Amino acid sequence: MSAIVCEGVSKKYAIGRRERYRALRDVIAEAAARPFRGSRKEKAELLWALKDVSFDVAEGKAVGIIGRNGAGKSTLLKILSRITKPTQGSVRVRGRVGSLLEVGTGFHPELTGRENIFLNGAIIGMRRAEIVRKFDEIVAFAEVEKFLDTPVKRYSSGMYVRLAFAVAAHLETEILVIDEVLAVGDVAFQRKCLGKMNDLSHSGRTVLFVSHNMQAVRSLCSEAIWLERGQIKATGSSSDVIERYLELATRNENLGDLNTVLEAMPSDPAFGMNYVSLEQDGETAATVLSGKPLDLVLGYTLRRDTAGFHICVRVFDVEGTMLLETIHNGHSEEPPVVEAGDYVSRVSFPAEFFAAHAFEVAILPSIAGQRDCWPRPLVIPFAVEASGKVNRAYPGYATPAKFAPLMNWRTERLSRVMSAKVSQ
Amino acid sequence: MSTALSDAQNLTGEDLPTLLITPPNRWIPLQLAELWEYRELLYFLVWRDIKVRYKQTALGAAWAVMQPLFMMLVFSLFFGRLARVPSDGMPYPVFTFCALIPWQLFANALTESSNSLIGNQNLITKVYFARLVIPIAAVLSGLVDFLIAFVILIGMMLFYGIVPGPAILALPGFILLAVLTALAVGLWLSALNVQYRDVRYTMNFLVQFWLFATPVAYPSSIVPESWRALYGLNPMAGVVEGFRWALLGKSSPPSAMLFVSVVVVFVLLVGGLYYFRRMEQEFADIV
Repeated sequence: MSAIVCEGVSKKYAIGRRERYRALRDVIAEAAARPFRGSRKEKAELLWALKDVSFDVAEGKAVGIIGRNGAGKSTLLKILSRITKPTQGSVRVRGRVGSLLEVGTGFHPELTGRENIFLNGAIIGMRRAEIVRKFDEIVAFAEVEKFLDTPVKRYSSGMYVRLAFAVAAHLETEILVIDEVLAVGDVAFQRKCLGKMNDLSHSGRTVLFVSHNMQAVRSLCSEAIWLERGQIKATGSSSDVIERYLELATRNENLGDLNTVLEAMPSDPAFGMNYVSLEQDGETAATVLSGKPLDLVLGYTLRRDTAGFHICVRVFDVEGTMLLETIHNGHSEEPPVVEAGDYVSRVSFPAEFFAAHAFEVAILPSIAGQRDCWPRPLVIPFAVEASGKVNRAYPGYATPAKFAPLMNWRTERLSRVMSAKVSQ
Repeated sequence: MSTALSDAQNLTGEDLPTLLITPPNRWIPLQLAELWEYRELLYFLVWRDIKVRYKQTALGAAWAVMQPLFMMLVFSLFFGRLARVPSDGMPYPVFTFCALIPWQLFANALTESSNSLIGNQNLITKVYFARLVIPIAAVLSGLVDFLIAFVILIGMMLFYGIVPGPAILALPGFILLAVLTALAVGLWLSALNVQYRDVRYTMNFLVQFWLFATPVAYPSSIVPESWRALYGLNPMAGVVEGFRWALLGKSSPPSAMLFVSVVVVFVLLVGGLYYFRRMEQEFADIV
């Protein structure tokens, strides 16, 4: 029997309007001005976040939903959990749906841990009796026994997410819809979360799980749906779909956009950028795999011999923290004079370097002591997905660190010496 | 295109509820039964609001009393003493305080419920539940303030030696009417507020205007007899006069006015419920 049958589901959003909501004042003013102006309707740009998505999920299956940012994964989860309605199509759902789109929805900082368990439980759809029954289990899972009567505003962030996840993990509905709530807490707790998720997905419950963590999807879900620009690109066994996804993800469709951005940069009398690309294995990469080196390739023309010309490349995380900076000819012995000509400069970030996060690389050509060739740097966002050896032993763990190099660990077994000492 | 992901199998075998998710409709049934399903959530939201408000206890309880108390002082001084506004033969302070309490209940409930959807947008965008729970919880959590202020009123009545007659039995009805009025208007405004963010700036004006359109500082008896039923179009006029009748023992119940008030509230409430149900389908997209 199917637990979820999705038929031709589409969701349209209006974008391009300055704000999602409007002021009543403007509506009234527009209405008053209309007779004098004739009807001039402002056309909002429409975006199909989902377009004609059909699939069904058999009861008791765990299905992963993968795809890039903006592919429509979250919109799909929101429709399945009834938060928003589809524009077209329909979904038939058999059984109660519990949705965990974030942990700790509705947590109130002033309330104690105990109070928040009840509040959050009720919000995500647990009955009071159910919460009472599972209370001890939740508290034990979260490891916050001592702080139950402390307001959660005094909790460390670790305790906070542990408690939030613990409540969520004890939601017992026939269908569970989960969005990336795995990545919480420290390694030990993440392993615990993964274990709990594993139990959930093998308990005869239907689970839909969205994640960027391919290793987690592979280990939790037997099947996967790959969404691309609001449409289903592939479905099937999770390992097959993930393999195809990772393979294709390394090829880019972003290039077009990048060149438009490049054209929009103002021209400089001495310098012109011809192309910019982020490449892996010699091909443009939209999704960067951590297991392979990443090359930034810059093609440019210098129209005259220029002393002190250099290109500065910086990498930022999404919070805007600068993580590294490198200058293309920074290790020359003295400020070089760059002769006129066409150039290609490549900088290679090694394999096993970036952790699985979103980053931005900013490129700014300038002439030392004179000027920047552009008023602002050219910024290229990129997302890294874990594919290498780093932390592969702990597939559920997403490191908060921005860099995850393969460090040189050497571990020797000294058990004989140790036990001899202990026995003395 | 439908892609069967795997062979169908029914593990549980029991009869599970089936739900059909479809595009928004213009007219959707009220489904008040669904609201009943979420009664525990309603309870917890009210409990949260009250708990959080009184967490810094000393001030929380004091505010509930201070506002109507100060308004009573100001009204008594300027309207009662200086402008010599009539008070149907009652001591002016208790006359106006008896009206200020239901007024305050209404005004707070209206403001809270109108802002409730915006205030709870993190819930609306992350979890499904009957959205009606939110404005209803906002209205109900104001009842605690009301009860605290009511204790003061009892003290004042003792002080002035006023003993209510059997009419006091009708009091819960008037409280209900005040709450329903706030909810009816709050439903309209909360849904409008999601779509048009300047609604909240009109709230202050609306509440002030409404206060002077309600016989709080003056008796409705200064309105000519023939217009009084029409005055009931403002349901709070019925509530306030009802309170005075039930507690202070004014001679006759404001029946004609009340009848109009009840009809107005019923119409506003049912309309508000339908409007809210229609708009709630898009709350998560625009809030």
